[in-house]
Amino acid sequence: MAIIAARHAAKQLIYERMFKGATLGAAILVLLILGGVAASLLRGAWPALAHFGFGFVVHEVWNPVTERFGALAPMYGTVVTSLIAMLLAVPTGFGIALFLTELCPPMIKRPIGVAVELLAAVPSIIFGIWGLFVLAPILQKYVQPWLIHHVGKLPGIGSLFKGPPYGIGILTAGMVLAIMVLPFIAATMRDVFETVPAMLKESGYGLGATTWEVIWYVVVPHSRVAMVGGVMLGLGRALGETMAVTFVIGNAHRIGASLLAPGTTISSSIANEFTEAVGDLYTSSLIALGLLLFIITFGVIAVAQTMLRRLERRQLAPL
Amino acid sequence: MNRALLRKFRNILFLSLSVVATSLGLACLAAILWTLVSHGIAGMSAHVFTQMTPAPGNEGGLLNALYGSAAMTLIAIVIGAPIGALAGTYLSEYGQTSRLSTVIRFINDVLLSAPSIIIGLFVYEIIVVRMGHFSALAGAVSLAVIAIPVSLRTTEDMLNLVPLGMKDSSAALGAYPWRTVLSVVYPAARSGLVTGLLLAIARISGETAPLLFTALNNQFWSTDLNAPMANLPVVIYQFALSPYADWQNLAWAGALIITAAILVLSISARIILALLQSDRRA
Repeated sequence: MAIIAARHAAKQLIYERMFKGATLGAAILVLLILGGVAASLLRGAWPALAHFGFGFVVHEVWNPVTERFGALAPMYGTVVTSLIAMLLAVPTGFGIALFLTELCPPMIKRPIGVAVELLAAVPSIIFGIWGLFVLAPILQKYVQPWLIHHVGKLPGIGSLFKGPPYGIGILTAGMVLAIMVLPFIAATMRDVFETVPAMLKESGYGLGATTWEVIWYVVVPHSRVAMVGGVMLGLGRALGETMAVTFVIGNAHRIGASLLAPGTTISSSIANEFTEAVGDLYTSSLIALGLLLFIITFGVIAVAQTMLRRLERRQLAPL
Repeated sequence: MNRALLRKFRNILFLSLSVVATSLGLACLAAILWTLVSHGIAGMSAHVFTQMTPAPGNEGGLLNALYGSAAMTLIAIVIGAPIGALAGTYLSEYGQTSRLSTVIRFINDVLLSAPSIIIGLFVYEIIVVRMGHFSALAGAVSLAVIAIPVSLRTTEDMLNLVPLGMKDSSAALGAYPWRTVLSVVYPAARSGLVTGLLLAIARISGETAPLLFTALNNQFWSTDLNAPMANLPVVIYQFALSPYADWQNLAWAGALIITAAILVLSISARIILALLQSDRRA
């Protein structure tokens, strides 16, 4: 009897080690994936980086015929489209989150909230084709001529809105990105605002503050860090987004002063050119672009996650 | 008195702006869905589900692309979901607050929002370059890599919801952790795990960028995992950018099918979660 029990216990121990090993192995695999991504990108990008050196990130020229490649134009496009997107999506997302947490009648709170969350699940290619077939023509016909005619004549800011109305271009890409990250930013901000203890808000109201004052002086300061974290998570998405941008950016490797001009981003360059790239240097330069994107987004997402984590920790701490 | 008026005015101004922002945002998103539905239904016909992708000017459908998407998504989930679930199990049941778990959690969250085109390049480097050609298998692997973080995250969250008392009771009966996890924790978290699975499928089935240079595309019917395979997202991408009206119509039909599928998956996931929560409250 004792022997059987001992055998049973030994067997159990073996199973236990096997199961724990399997789960640990899977967990370690996550680390290996990230390491593998970094290593494989570095390896693929090496020929281009070795050939162009630091010049790769500061040169604008992108010429497959002469095999001269510089990442400046796609980097510029990536940053500018994402900035436009953030400029449009953050205030709107903030407004939606406010509406959902502070103003909305309870009846429609859930439906709108669920609609916003479901829209965050719509694949980005849908936003891309909508941008190309619906938004771009509207912009070309109505919005861009107006911008060129009125804003384009102002000193300073006017140079951003010059040139013919193509419809597609940096500005259009930024707007499509804005619409795409909007549900995401709104949902994150709403979640953040909901963690503000009711007691804090009620104290504000008790002192005679208006709704806006409670929002601006109580809710916003209390959720500042996590709010910025949520915005940066949205920024990370915008920076790396491929399909929504590729349709409407125009894929032109140059830096125009005007936001109405076609441009390119890192991800859309890769998507557009990768399968057509001839020659090792061309392919390697595109992978080097991917490496740059990886570094940029990794930095942004890491900062965002750190900021969001601070919120989680504070929530756990007793008030 | 003036000051009070100003405060009131500011209050009304900003609150109205918030309502305007909400209507604006919802209007944009409604416009997208409306375009999608109206164009999609216009492009829909019985051929869509019965014929292959056509040459320009010919009649055709999306059958090969639908099959390819389904096949690659299935393989990706079969590879990715168990890995993510096991890793999530480790974080929830073994690692908990250890330093390794904290690092893995952080890296996983980074992978969760990493650009999918980067994952595509990664798989291109490790599989396509090595095999020398594009293949459906490479496409499935890139989708699996994207599914792992989703599966890990939801698994950990769901297992954490299982009451500690249940795990303790099982341990008190002399069960090793593996036995507890398999016989107590997994069954208790069953519907949560299904939710995670649905969300992971929803996440990968619309992915386009990583498939562009892994699975590529194929105009013909192919079930060979070792060869390029048609798939809905890439077909939509190519057809939408083409100058042919019939291709563009098919692209809209495909876009509608994909979006509808993803919305159905997400809504089912929510319903399961809602049922789970009402169960817990009862």
